[in-house]
Amino acid sequence: MIEQVSRELLLPGQVDINQLDHFLAEAMGPGIDFADLYFQQSMSESWVLEEGIVKDAGYSADRGVGVRSVSGEKTGFSYSGDISGLAISQAAEAARSIVRQGKSGKVEALRKVDFKPLYVPDNPILALSSEEKLAILQQADTIARETDSRVKEVTASLSANFEQVLVVASDGTLAADIRPLVRVNVSVIVEQNGRKERGAAGAGGRYSLKTLMDKSLAESAAKEAVRQALVNLEAVDAPAGNMPVVLGSGWPGVLLHEAVGHGLEGDFNRKGSSAFSGRIGEQVASSLCTIVDDGTIADRRGSLSVDDEGTPTQNTTLIENGRLVGYMQDKMNARLMNQSVTGNGRRESFAHLPMPRMTNTYMLPGEHNPEELIASVKKGIYAVNFGGGQVDITSGKFVFSASEAYLIEDGKVTAPIKGATLIGNGPETMQKVSMVGNDLRLDDGVGVCGKDGQSVPVGVGQPSLKIDELTVGGTGQ
Amino acid sequence: MNQVPSSQSNDALSEQMQAWKEQLPRCADQVLGLAKQKSATSAELSIGASRGLSVNARMGEVETVEFNQDQSLSLTVYKGQRKGHVSVTDLTDKALEQAVEMALAFAEHTAEDPFAGLASAELMAKSWQDPELYYPKPFDVEQLVDLSLACESVGREDSRITNSDGAGFHASERTTLYANSHGFQGQLWGTNYSASCVLIAGEGDQMQRDYWYDSQRQWDLLSSPEAIGQKAAERTLMRMNPQKISTRKVPVLFAAEIASGLLGHLMGAISGGSLYRNASFLKDRLGKQLFPEFVSVFENPHLKAGVASAPFDQEGVATRDNIFVADGVLQQYMLGSYSARKLGLETTANAGGARNLRVSSTGESYEQMLQTLGTGLLVTELMGQGVNMVTGDYSRGAAGYWVENGVIQYPVHEITIAGNLQDMFKNILAIGSDVDTRGNTQTGSILIEEMSIAGA
Repeated sequence: MIEQVSRELLLPGQVDINQLDHFLAEAMGPGIDFADLYFQQSMSESWVLEEGIVKDAGYSADRGVGVRSVSGEKTGFSYSGDISGLAISQAAEAARSIVRQGKSGKVEALRKVDFKPLYVPDNPILALSSEEKLAILQQADTIARETDSRVKEVTASLSANFEQVLVVASDGTLAADIRPLVRVNVSVIVEQNGRKERGAAGAGGRYSLKTLMDKSLAESAAKEAVRQALVNLEAVDAPAGNMPVVLGSGWPGVLLHEAVGHGLEGDFNRKGSSAFSGRIGEQVASSLCTIVDDGTIADRRGSLSVDDEGTPTQNTTLIENGRLVGYMQDKMNARLMNQSVTGNGRRESFAHLPMPRMTNTYMLPGEHNPEELIASVKKGIYAVNFGGGQVDITSGKFVFSASEAYLIEDGKVTAPIKGATLIGNGPETMQKVSMVGNDLRLDDGVGVCGKDGQSVPVGVGQPSLKIDELTVGGTGQ
Repeated sequence: MNQVPSSQSNDALSEQMQAWKEQLPRCADQVLGLAKQKSATSAELSIGASRGLSVNARMGEVETVEFNQDQSLSLTVYKGQRKGHVSVTDLTDKALEQAVEMALAFAEHTAEDPFAGLASAELMAKSWQDPELYYPKPFDVEQLVDLSLACESVGREDSRITNSDGAGFHASERTTLYANSHGFQGQLWGTNYSASCVLIAGEGDQMQRDYWYDSQRQWDLLSSPEAIGQKAAERTLMRMNPQKISTRKVPVLFAAEIASGLLGHLMGAISGGSLYRNASFLKDRLGKQLFPEFVSVFENPHLKAGVASAPFDQEGVATRDNIFVADGVLQQYMLGSYSARKLGLETTANAGGARNLRVSSTGESYEQMLQTLGTGLLVTELMGQGVNMVTGDYSRGAAGYWVENGVIQYPVHEITIAGNLQDMFKNILAIGSDVDTRGNTQTGSILIEEMSIAGA
């Protein structure tokens, strides 16, 4: 893989892989104790259908190299869209200017990092002809419209990304990865007696467009989008106030991503800015909760064979039976906190600095049938789909917005309710998890996580959960 | 019809900007020439190039120094009524030729769309005043480091500030060029300087964080590091020991710095894309009373040194002062040429959005707005994405202050505010003169008669 990636990334600019230690030495300089070079080439294709026709299709390409020089807690960073010896040297000179004094660190001999590939290293874009790509979208459109006559608008998009990366670091790291990523999204608008509602669904992962086609993911997304929109046509005002909340399995795991995940990223904990800082060993969730971040699941959207610092990903237990046992780390924060790297060093592109990020974050299953969770609630809500969420890691406050939810009355799911935002405090809310279902499910592969202006693909998952009390932000009684 | 304005003084350009000023128009000509030669019916492109320096300091030490330089070209080609596009960062001859070929290949596969195409030639901007967006200053790492350190140091003076997420200074310059096969070509260049400080007060599960920032085209107009650090500290300290208020319906005052979001929802709902897709709660509301009579919403794209000033939009159409809402009535939608054709209307020169959007004020200062609020909630932070543009339903996480008789009583957190945007717009009681001038959408604080609070 290293040979193939170097040929693509280095050869056009006449950079020899055997020169890379020389460029690393340039990025080291006085006082610098760690440096890395991150070469990346990314190619994406997208097709968009609306009003029954594929109106737009396009391609985008980007490549470049990022050079990082680290001295203790200080980081110098520069990058170039030109992968040539001169450009790398200039970027290295800029990056190492963060400090100008001290001992020059040493560049270790580069050694190939061993890891198990989690996805096929083929260009996902080339796996289907243009005609086949068009057919996928056309079929999604047809299915959505045939499912129900109240469907008025259908928008469907298909995207595929092919990324090749090469990382070398002064600690001797030499790693390359080839990363396919595909996704289909369908969004519909339904109308009945003048009332309009929207539904949206999608799916994807690290595989080729052919796999996406063979799994009929576009058809499932079309049906699911229509189902959600029709549910919302009947929705009544959501209640307002504190009440028990049952969350469905799968995508509602965005709760864990916001309420727990971000707060357990190494950088926030090193700086003491997270509500979870300094709490290793403490009970931060109910004893029913075991939460992991697992970058090693084959073909998943959030998975990586190696992270963007060349560290193989792993399955890291963050919370075990409610006790905080670990953080997610990149190299810099692991070193400064004297902990092990966990393969969570990620970056949006060569033009961004790496930092600790989640991969696939989920809770392990419990003992209950999901029906038991609902049956135990006298008055509350059952939320099964969400738009997105946000967290303030310092105060621990998180929100996430339901896009499909129902009232629970006397242990039974009754009327659908309009999208309401749920708000809580991460550590407090996790203590209130009182029942965990046996139905663990991961999401369908559409998650995007933003941090410090950088977006990366992630996965979430969970079994059905009952939270004894959470604030539901509706307008009704 | 090369329309690069000559009024902008060239000797003021940085060396890199000078290079881009010469290179980008050539690149545009080359790509449009290739598109024509390879039998595109028409084509349009935009090129953006920027460079910048960002410095961040934390806990009394420099933390990051980042240099950036980027360029990218987006090309759309039409073959008859079929469309294809590419976006590339490699602007070498070979890469550009390949890009044109790929765009044309996509245009072989997309469907005939009778509404596709460039904006009409007669609408292209023909000559324009220099919008005066460019105020260069050499990037100086040491200076930005010193200012960042000074800013954070002032912010941390109060011992109740226990931690910091750092203070930073950023300097950048950017040029954008738009050209199309009508022969239109226009290039703009501008600078941006910004500074921010993020502080933390309290410890353990009582930590609160807040921030302040400034952003200006001219370095000399940027707030002092001391002022930013101090404001960040004040805001952070004010949030200590928050309470959760009970579920109820109350008047809500959106602080100026977040009130622009409400205007964002309005503009999203009257933008051509959501209208022709039937995805707007304001469809078919042209000429209808959406707001009280004192509300006007308008844009001034030609302000000198404005945040978003531009003489032409992203299709080359000459921009103009648009009034979207007058006397509370929706006067016009916000359209580019494609959505205009779809809706049977004319473009409003808003490809790329509104520029320097303003809202009329009812004249009250911040203090007077608090008085007018009387007893209710002042919201200073919103969280999450709970806004449904199809229905107007609004439910978001919020934090702020409980106010009684015009006086702030205590900070409030972990609540949601909910309503429907149509009702919220209709029930605006006042718009303050305390305008936040840092962004593209500038408004004072906005008071809404009643919203649902979900809390304790």
